[in-house]
Amino acid sequence: MGKERTAVIGVGQTKYASTRGDVSMAGLLREAAQRALDTAHKTWADIDAVIMGKAPDFFEGVMMPEIYLAEALGCVGKPIMRVHTAGSVGGSTACVAASMVQSRVHSTVLTIAWEKQSESNAMWALSLPQPFTTSVNAGAGGYFSPIMRRYMAMSDAPELIGCLVAFKDRQHALKNPYAHLHQHDLTFEQVVESPMLWDPIRYSETCPSSDGACAMVLTDEAGGDAHDGPVAWIKGTAMRSESNSYGGRNMVSPAASEQCADDVFAQAGIGDRRSQIDAVEMYVPFSWYEPMWLESLGFAEKGKGWQLVEAGATRLEGGDLPVNCSGGVLSSNAIGASGMIRFAEAALQVMGEAGEHQVDGARTAFGHAYGGGAQYFAMWIVAKDK
Amino acid sequence: MRRLRRPTGVPALARNEQSVVGSAPLSDVRDPGEGRMPQEVLQAPLVLEYPFIRTTGPVLGRFLTGLREGVVLGVKRADGTVMCPPLEYDPADASPLGELVEVQQTGTVVSWSWGGPLRDQQPFTQPVAWALIQLDGADTTMLHAVLVDGPEQMSTGMRVQTQWREAREGHITDIRGFVPCSDEPDGTSSAKPPSTVDLDTVEPVQSVRTPIRLSYSYTPGRALSQYLHAMKEKRIIGDRCGETGQVFVPPRGVSPVAGKATTETVELADVGYVESFNITRVPIATRPDLQPPYCSAWIVLDGASVGFMGLVINCEPESVRLGMRVRAVWKPDDELKISATNILGWEPTGEPDEVIADIECIGRVGPQQKGGSTS
Repeated sequence: MGKERTAVIGVGQTKYASTRGDVSMAGLLREAAQRALDTAHKTWADIDAVIMGKAPDFFEGVMMPEIYLAEALGCVGKPIMRVHTAGSVGGSTACVAASMVQSRVHSTVLTIAWEKQSESNAMWALSLPQPFTTSVNAGAGGYFSPIMRRYMAMSDAPELIGCLVAFKDRQHALKNPYAHLHQHDLTFEQVVESPMLWDPIRYSETCPSSDGACAMVLTDEAGGDAHDGPVAWIKGTAMRSESNSYGGRNMVSPAASEQCADDVFAQAGIGDRRSQIDAVEMYVPFSWYEPMWLESLGFAEKGKGWQLVEAGATRLEGGDLPVNCSGGVLSSNAIGASGMIRFAEAALQVMGEAGEHQVDGARTAFGHAYGGGAQYFAMWIVAKDK
Repeated sequence: MRRLRRPTGVPALARNEQSVVGSAPLSDVRDPGEGRMPQEVLQAPLVLEYPFIRTTGPVLGRFLTGLREGVVLGVKRADGTVMCPPLEYDPADASPLGELVEVQQTGTVVSWSWGGPLRDQQPFTQPVAWALIQLDGADTTMLHAVLVDGPEQMSTGMRVQTQWREAREGHITDIRGFVPCSDEPDGTSSAKPPSTVDLDTVEPVQSVRTPIRLSYSYTPGRALSQYLHAMKEKRIIGDRCGETGQVFVPPRGVSPVAGKATTETVELADVGYVESFNITRVPIATRPDLQPPYCSAWIVLDGASVGFMGLVINCEPESVRLGMRVRAVWKPDDELKISATNILGWEPTGEPDEVIADIECIGRVGPQQKGGSTS
């Protein structure tokens, strides 16, 4: 007996914003969860279990928030589970939720991920002091920018590829009402001229700090068939991890990333990744990660991912491999939610529910998340057809 | 302040020509027997603290607004029962709750425990009892302090009433605690009359300060302790994986590749190359001494398989290159401590740049770790 076929029948998101001062953490999650239930035509009583994920507790200072959230998410008397894989957690959480249905442990589950970054400061939480030494590393940008510089050197990419990605994603975000950044008047020149933070990374090439939550309702084959509305069928899920430092580690394209991609594409029976995937939602918190991941995920040859960016292949309008039509992490970054948003946006594309940022005729979509020192990976492929 | 877990007495290990300082003891963590420890394992206090600000949402905000005004509110459920303190969603069916009603400021201790000696940051002057208190008019209990002199003054079923702070801000500690009272739970005997404050006309509480302070005793472990001790003598040590030959600096005690304890301690010269870097133009909160722009770089020492982050100094940040040869800049000898801070940074040696053969990879060992195919 194979895996139970599993479908996404509901997606809910909050409007991402720098501060959601009007709601508690529970209230924030509730908004996304209720919207997911509504689109799934389900009530709290229909949910068998809740699988949730967020980044480290220190990002908000609430210890084990999953316990406090039980009432808000209808979990009282039901199984509740929290997943934690740093920045990739939203994707990993969706994978774990899918496995609960695929394994026939549960029929219908709610999965949700979130971050309320306004309650703390993620850069501080990522740069904690340690005795006997001093930090020279300013947050995630400090860690990842040398890796991007390395990519730029090995690929001989033009200097402004990162700016092209940032400008493209901000343009895409204008079509997504949930996106945090809606920079209507932003010009490409302004992206180029924005200040360097972690040279070679400019301010406009980095992600914002957002409050927000994203939720999905997953159900079994019978539930997916019976659903009166669009459905995204899960064709593959994969997770991989690796040590963040060992000799010979390819930090630009980590082995775990390539192995995870091989696994998920094989599950979905996809051979030619670029032509068979209609929409990509990948985790790009810093602009240069778009060409880097295009290569690592096998959408482009090594060293040539930037050529897709330069040619406009990853744009919603006119591109053959639209990437981050939602605006991506560069336009909304509620850290714990960011991975699940990628997965949910992939689902929305094949459900035909992506609104203004819909890729016409999208039948197969790819969702991606990474976390830690580019050492945790989660991916899924969803399709319109069962 | 640094504390040593063990007394000193084991002499510092000497260098030898092979640069191998010792063998098994460093990584043999299963039996750290007396006499086998090459150096003391270090320990130091580590405090993490942050002034988190939590937004309350309308229900908890109303409850906290009430506390600031000297009123205790509960939330009414569909069946008419009242939860105090309020929840935003009903535990029975997850329905949203929002009808806040005033409850009495007298109540009954349902259960309790003596709190023992006061801990840091507890807002009391002497030990308290922690009690589950069901306020009159509420159907659930509130955890709060009962301010009595000792456990002999506590009993289940005892009657208590609120004691408020003078200065209130909309926080659970606006109630200083509960104190015994003599009335009977027969309705209205000495219960406080309903509040006359109109909560709709006062500034609502929308957020609450929740500063968190975590105090740890940090130990870097045996491998890193040995590294830090060597730093005091301006020496840099790493450790080698017996299976792959990879050399880790700083030493880890375990090889992430083989999943086994490392087998050799290795001493490396304080020279290497920049394998990548950034020029940071934003300040770091934990390093107010660092004035942007500065160059932070992955430094790979000669003979090491992995890089670690350090500052490139004594040159313009813009002049730093991939492959640039650098050497450590140490603090003056009389300022050396058991600390990695002894290296102020890394300065150019002026030698020709390192040719980085496989530019995707970090370090020069371990091609077997390259990733799988990407079809």
